[in-house]
Amino acid sequence: MSEARDQIFGDIRARLGRGRLDPAANAAAEERLNAHRRNLVPARAASLDHAGQVALFIAEAQAVDTTIARVANAGDVPGAVADFLSSQNLPARLVMTPDPKLDAIPWDARPMLELRRGRAEDSDAAGITGAFAAIAETGTLMLISGEQTPTRNNFLPDTHIVVLRASEVVACYEDGWDRLRTAGAMPRTVNFITGPSRTGDIEQRLVLGAHGPRRLHIVLIDDAGG
Amino acid sequence: MAEPFRVALFVTCLVDLFRPSVGFAAVKLLEDAGCIVEVPEAQSCCGQPGYNSGDRADAKAIARQVIATFSPYDYVVVPSGSCGGMIKTHYPALFADEPAMAEPAKALAARTYELISFLADVLKRDQVTARYAGTVTYHDACSGLRELGVKEQPRRLLRSVAGLTLKEMTTPEVCCGFGGTFCVKYPEISDKMVSDKAADIASTGADTLLCGDMGCLLNMAGKLARLGKPIAVRHVAEVLADMTEATPPIGMPDKS
Amino acid sequence: MEPTSHAFKANAHRALGDANLQRAMTMMRTGFPEKRAQAIARLPEFEALRDEGIAIKNHVIAHLDFYLERFEQNVVANGGKVHWCRTAQEARETVLALCRALDAKTVTKGKSMVGEEIAINDFLEKNGITPVETDLGEYIVQIRHEPPSHIIAPAVHLVKEQVADSFRATHTHLPHDRVLEEPRVMTDEARSVLRQKFLAADVGITGANFLIAETGSSIIVTNEGNGDLTQILPKAHIVLASLEKVVPTLEDASTMLRLLARSATGQEFSTYTTVSTGPRRATDTDGPGEYHVVILDNGRSALLGGEFQDMLRCIRCAACLNHCPVYGAIGGHAYGWVYSGPMGAVLTPTLIGIEEAGNLPNASTFCGRCESVCPMRIPLPKMMRQWREREFSKRLSPATQRWGLALWAFAAQRPALYRQVSALAARVLGFFGAGRGRFRALPLAGGWTDMRDMPAPEGKSFMTLWAERQRKTRRVS
Repeated sequence: MSEARDQIFGDIRARLGRGRLDPAANAAAEERLNAHRRNLVPARAASLDHAGQVALFIAEAQAVDTTIARVANAGDVPGAVADFLSSQNLPARLVMTPDPKLDAIPWDARPMLELRRGRAEDSDAAGITGAFAAIAETGTLMLISGEQTPTRNNFLPDTHIVVLRASEVVACYEDGWDRLRTAGAMPRTVNFITGPSRTGDIEQRLVLGAHGPRRLHIVLIDDAGG
Repeated sequence: MAEPFRVALFVTCLVDLFRPSVGFAAVKLLEDAGCIVEVPEAQSCCGQPGYNSGDRADAKAIARQVIATFSPYDYVVVPSGSCGGMIKTHYPALFADEPAMAEPAKALAARTYELISFLADVLKRDQVTARYAGTVTYHDACSGLRELGVKEQPRRLLRSVAGLTLKEMTTPEVCCGFGGTFCVKYPEISDKMVSDKAADIASTGADTLLCGDMGCLLNMAGKLARLGKPIAVRHVAEVLADMTEATPPIGMPDKS
Repeated sequence: MEPTSHAFKANAHRALGDANLQRAMTMMRTGFPEKRAQAIARLPEFEALRDEGIAIKNHVIAHLDFYLERFEQNVVANGGKVHWCRTAQEARETVLALCRALDAKTVTKGKSMVGEEIAINDFLEKNGITPVETDLGEYIVQIRHEPPSHIIAPAVHLVKEQVADSFRATHTHLPHDRVLEEPRVMTDEARSVLRQKFLAADVGITGANFLIAETGSSIIVTNEGNGDLTQILPKAHIVLASLEKVVPTLEDASTMLRLLARSATGQEFSTYTTVSTGPRRATDTDGPGEYHVVILDNGRSALLGGEFQDMLRCIRCAACLNHCPVYGAIGGHAYGWVYSGPMGAVLTPTLIGIEEAGNLPNASTFCGRCESVCPMRIPLPKMMRQWREREFSKRLSPATQRWGLALWAFAAQRPALYRQVSALAARVLGFFGAGRGRFRALPLAGGWTDMRDMPAPEGKSFMTLWAERQRKTRRVS
């Protein structure tokens, strides 16, 4: 350990008027850390049933310029994606994260969609990913890095399409953390994404697409799993 | 019938020097509401100028005097949010490190009220008998607003004044730039703040500006006059006490 | 950066006369407060969340060593490294060494006020490494060679014409006569220029809004996504954080995040809230190869147990700046250093000394709006007053002011004398002012009468009139 580290910790303890935490205080702090109890969770989403949470997610996301198309099942996804791209006059070309969730979509239904499976490059104008969860409280997507989900796919392409299942919608960030803890170790990156990239840095005038995507489109599958 | 309250008026240095009418309006409002009003002679200043300038020792010396003079009363009423706030919220803090004075300071603080808050919150008055034909806009003096919670009460009482129309500024809660010594230590910044406030006042179309604090009133009246704006400026107590006929607005000559 | 806080009055004078700045500040003064108010109106639990956030921060402050220790353990467990720096100089040298070890030529940067505090950009440049700011506002001030003027909106002091001029002067590869009218067009231009920088950078440096002890993570919030491209593309991600940024758990961070965006910009949540934990994993196909957290003390531990400890609760949301009428009148540069507005007025003297920064806690009316909007309910006016007390006892305030106060206190403690003085002043000023009802000029009162009239007293003091009234009623009864 370094001299700087020792001095900093020494200074902190001296100013707090003590040495290391006494065993009781230490145990209490350990317990608090390990229990990671929730603090107050707003009732906005938490008080709703799941269908209400999905509706809230949609409303909150749309309020921050996310566009959302609801489809009944995975089979409808390729059509919804193709429709969205053509409605925006965008080429039918996407980079797709190598995610089993996306592999399960029957893309052959839309052979005109050119899909390249892999990590995004700067030349990719549009990309499609899944999501780990979606937070109804503020219309926020939760995406995690991994072998199948490179983070740069969320940022490099100008258009970001997310295939989301209704069963992935949860009420609050705390629900998302619970799911993540169950899934395993912390990933390198957890992205909470609430709408497309934006800036107000010039005269506070809102402009979308500062460095990240200027379009965020969600295709939401109403999977009966609920 | 319950015993009438024995209320001491803390008149404040600015009312005493610049505008006694406000003091008399306060007395009238309190007497009309059934109080016995006394004005202890041994009063001068609440100690805020020194306190806010970092001169804690002098502030304490003045505060001790105020506490001694005003403790014998049921209530102390102050026609100013900043002086009222000084006594009510800062005296206890001033003596937090002096146990002998801490209790008396807290006791006095508990019995001290800004005038409008006293009428509305203690005496439970929600109307006055007064007439004022004019369109009024009301500035929320900072200490009264944020230290003492004076916001709705003056508006409620003004709405009961016959002939009076109330029109809100865009930002009535933004500081007018007086700030005690601030306005003379940083005059240019203060001027910018009061200019913005004057523009907001003028944009309401009101013919009258009211407020509960003489410092703010002198500042805003002075600026409006310098800008040539024909807006009458008064302490809110003058309108509520129906005493506007006898006295010209702040900064205007007595034409009688 | 070299402080100019001692020249606050001259800075403020310049700011008040700067037409572009005044236009920009007018936009800022109404925009942010309205948005915050709207966001809070939508969240009934806001006050309760404030209480919880304050409790979390106070708890951390009292156990700061514990949480910093656990944070480091978890950073290391995830493959990262923590570097402890007592001073700005140690932090600069640490960052430089990390960059040199990776043979870095260019470094992209997410917005970091700690970075400003340690003046990392200048230092890297002097040592042959090119830092590129990627937050649009930071990029704009970087190419203008000026510091940010607001802790979350760095270019808030500029109007769009100034931005266009700077782009024209800097992006010389583009046609000089191109139209640069709209923020949309300028943003697109910055986006394409900076995209190349993101891709070429060897190292990415970000700040941290919070550090999480439970997981050894750092959090940044941006609306642009620049902080993300800064950290995932290069070989290493360096995080600059001061030591009070740590919170215990992911749940605690969630509570703090609910307060942050709403207080700062009135958003429900920042567009990109990113939790970073260590370098890329063995199976990841992107992400930085190294993760370094540079933890800076630089005066923070000295605040513990003292009068200014509550400043350690600050989450750098800038609500106080956004609501301060003094900041709104003069902008951030007038304060003369990194931190401006009410939080700057309290924090700056702790970091660069009260002798240099004395004007800052004095340039306040104590209106209290800052404290009322601070999500952490930091008693900013009280702490500014504490600075004034220190200045008074060190005799740093001007002599005229001290004498004036001493005279006032002398009179105020002698009510009989005071009554006579007040009565005399009322008579004299009332006499001279009776004609117009006010004064256009008054000797010794130029600070007031240069800009506004002074209303004249009514002519007799209240105490005089009251005594007369009492005598009359006694005579009658």
